[in-house]
Amino acid sequence: MTAYKVLVVEDSPTMRQLIVFALKRIRGFQISEANDGVDGLKKLSADKFDLIVTDINMPIMDGLKLVSMVRNDPNYKETPIIIITTEGASEDRERALALGANEYITKPIQTMQILETVKKLMNV
Amino acid sequence: MSRSDEEKDTVSRADDFLQMFKKGAEFTQDLLKENERLRFRIVKLEESLKGKDQGASSETSDIIDLKNKIEALELEKKEILGRIKTVEEENQSFANRYLEIEEENNMLANLYIASYQLHSTLDFKEVLQIILEIVINLIGAEEFGVLLLDEKTNRLEPVASEGIATNEMPSIAVGEGIIGGSVKTGENYFIESMEGYQRDFAKPLVCIPLKIKEHVIGVIVIYKLLVQKDQFTDVDYELFTLLAGHAATAVFSSRLYSDSERKLSTIQGFIDLLTK
Repeated sequence: MTAYKVLVVEDSPTMRQLIVFALKRIRGFQISEANDGVDGLKKLSADKFDLIVTDINMPIMDGLKLVSMVRNDPNYKETPIIIITTEGASEDRERALALGANEYITKPIQTMQILETVKKLMNV
Repeated sequence: MSRSDEEKDTVSRADDFLQMFKKGAEFTQDLLKENERLRFRIVKLEESLKGKDQGASSETSDIIDLKNKIEALELEKKEILGRIKTVEEENQSFANRYLEIEEENNMLANLYIASYQLHSTLDFKEVLQIILEIVINLIGAEEFGVLLLDEKTNRLEPVASEGIATNEMPSIAVGEGIIGGSVKTGENYFIESMEGYQRDFAKPLVCIPLKIKEHVIGVIVIYKLLVQKDQFTDVDYELFTLLAGHAATAVFSSRLYSDSERKLSTIQGFIDLLTK
């Protein structure tokens, strides 16, 4: 069975735990966690990930900056990126997708929606 | 005519007659033969007709059998289609139930993580921060506050908030208005309609008293939901109450711990002074 490496970037430990707990329900997922965009970039350069799940509003480096930097990295040009955020305005969504995010999910967290989106993107 | 001529004529007539008679006999024989042949033919045809009648009647009975079979099969088909419909309905009902259970399962998992996080620390400020995170991420609130009961003054004092400044929120007496009333009765409050709602500190969208059994220690007051969250779901009502229970015990125990830590350090200070 193929193992997929997933990086969850989220500053709220509670929210991070909720996402990790949801993703662990998909077999074969190895999940790593990062507290913010900078921490996320460090982990992305130290390993090769197959999926990135990130929040937008984070200290030090926000999710949008992270997405744009990830897309400039040749190793992560095609890696699926899912944004999970409280920002529900359509312009926020469009901006995130224009920067290179593949999916945009709004909070409050809905586990089923996250799982379906991940499964669709990863074909699992 | 002479006698010999007459005799000759008679003989010739007799010959003619004989010839004619012979022809008549031959013709009669031919007729008899033809008659016999035709009778034989009639018998044959009659037999053949008889056979055909019998065949036709057996064919008719076969058709009736087939018709009966078709009717029986039609009935069976109807019954099977009925069963398939029932099975499909059951299947749909199971699928719906599966979804409901899945949603409940997800809610319980989220609740488990939320309560785990709430009880993972005895730091009062951290507990308040976790409550804020839960209300944002699980409930979908954008502007809200946490007010705790000051038992000396019997007033609710704002201690944490999101989307609005904590010092902007008013202190409320127990029993005063919607918030004070909710704390006094210990009952959750939900506004009837969110349409056209404007933030009013006296009239929130939601009030969830933080209760330990029947003892109310504070309240979570919501003034605005996230743009994408336009209404509460059935799960929200359950989640509110369950989370409020966990939040209440977490707040109570962390405050108790902070107080005892503070008292301990004061006593330690006195002891140090006395023993020096």
